[in-house]
Amino acid sequence: MTRRRPTPSQTVGPFFGMALPFAGGPDAVPSQARGAIRIEGRVLDGAGTPVPDALLEAWSGDQFARSRTDPEGAFHFALRKPDGSRGSAPHFELTVFARGLLRHLATRVYFPDEAEANAADAALRRVPAARRHTLVARRDGAVLVFDVRLQGEDETVFFAI
Amino acid sequence: MDHGEDLEPPYLYPEYRSTVLRAPSRRLVQLDPEWFHRLPGPAFGRVPVDPGDADLTRRHRGEPLGERIIISGRVLDEDGRPVRHTLVEVWQANAAGRYLDPSDEHPAPLDPNFTGAGRCLTDGDGRYRFVTVKPGAYPWKNHENAWRPAHVHFSLFGPELGSRLVTQMYFPGDPLHRADPILSSIPDPRGRRRLIADFDFDLTVPEWALGYRWDIVLRGRAATPRET
Repeated sequence: MTRRRPTPSQTVGPFFGMALPFAGGPDAVPSQARGAIRIEGRVLDGAGTPVPDALLEAWSGDQFARSRTDPEGAFHFALRKPDGSRGSAPHFELTVFARGLLRHLATRVYFPDEAEANAADAALRRVPAARRHTLVARRDGAVLVFDVRLQGEDETVFFAI
Repeated sequence: MDHGEDLEPPYLYPEYRSTVLRAPSRRLVQLDPEWFHRLPGPAFGRVPVDPGDADLTRRHRGEPLGERIIISGRVLDEDGRPVRHTLVEVWQANAAGRYLDPSDEHPAPLDPNFTGAGRCLTDGDGRYRFVTVKPGAYPWKNHENAWRPAHVHFSLFGPELGSRLVTQMYFPGDPLHRADPILSSIPDPRGRRRLIADFDFDLTVPEWALGYRWDIVLRGRAATPRET
């Protein structure tokens, strides 16, 4: 059977606001629901400037959430913490789309209270030790904070798609 | 695994200025496909899809101005098998080259009868079909006298994490293609050609709308080879 080559990617551009965001998109579970976790963060470019026109998608299992950044580059999600399994610490998949990204980026959000599971996580172990912290959210009161740095110092680890 | 890198644009393509501060500078980390690409993709069922969403010309009281067109094609995997019941989202400028998005500052008229957003699910044969108007070209500030060729944005999911695709469909015969850094970022001309739809008389509805055919191939292959 002839192998077909995948259709190439192009940027999401800046003008998706009337199309891709949907009502309640950032909340995979109601934000007040028992067990709901609020994740907040900002998307920053290589100069540290907020990216006000990014679209992020978080998912794990049957949970899917979509959030666009605001003028300060901020996004948020409400999700249930997923279960881990042997060799895989609890985490979300996170994809980032934006003007200036000709292909989307893929990263993961791990949890700060899972140090032991994170140390045994097969994917994290592929990441140079000095960069692993970019994939672990930090706790700020009731909220988990996860910033996405597209480029430069403390650049978030992205996975090859 | 060879994913046809030469058909994909790089992250950093300085001619497209916005890539300069947004492209990652560190090496991407490779994960095993079964941990990553082969993960079941997002359950997009939360995105509301109404059957009327596939006709962008009937979302308002009147019809939008512009050349009415039909865009249809099949969504396939790398083995040529249809990707069934997957979400396809589209968005575009109106016939004057203006997006409804409030951040679009191009001084061309908005059309009160056109939002420029549509959705559908592929059918059992992997087929999608949208009715819309042909979008206009529009200027952008990437470089002196920069114009985007007419295009429709597409977003697709497919079955796996690795099959997620956001791209743009262009129209045949457009002289702006060669000068467009976004389309030109794809190094291989065969890759660029893959983003250009074909005009198709079979899709064209007489006395009503011109038809364009555009097939899409998502990354990924069926898990079990078919025995024929």
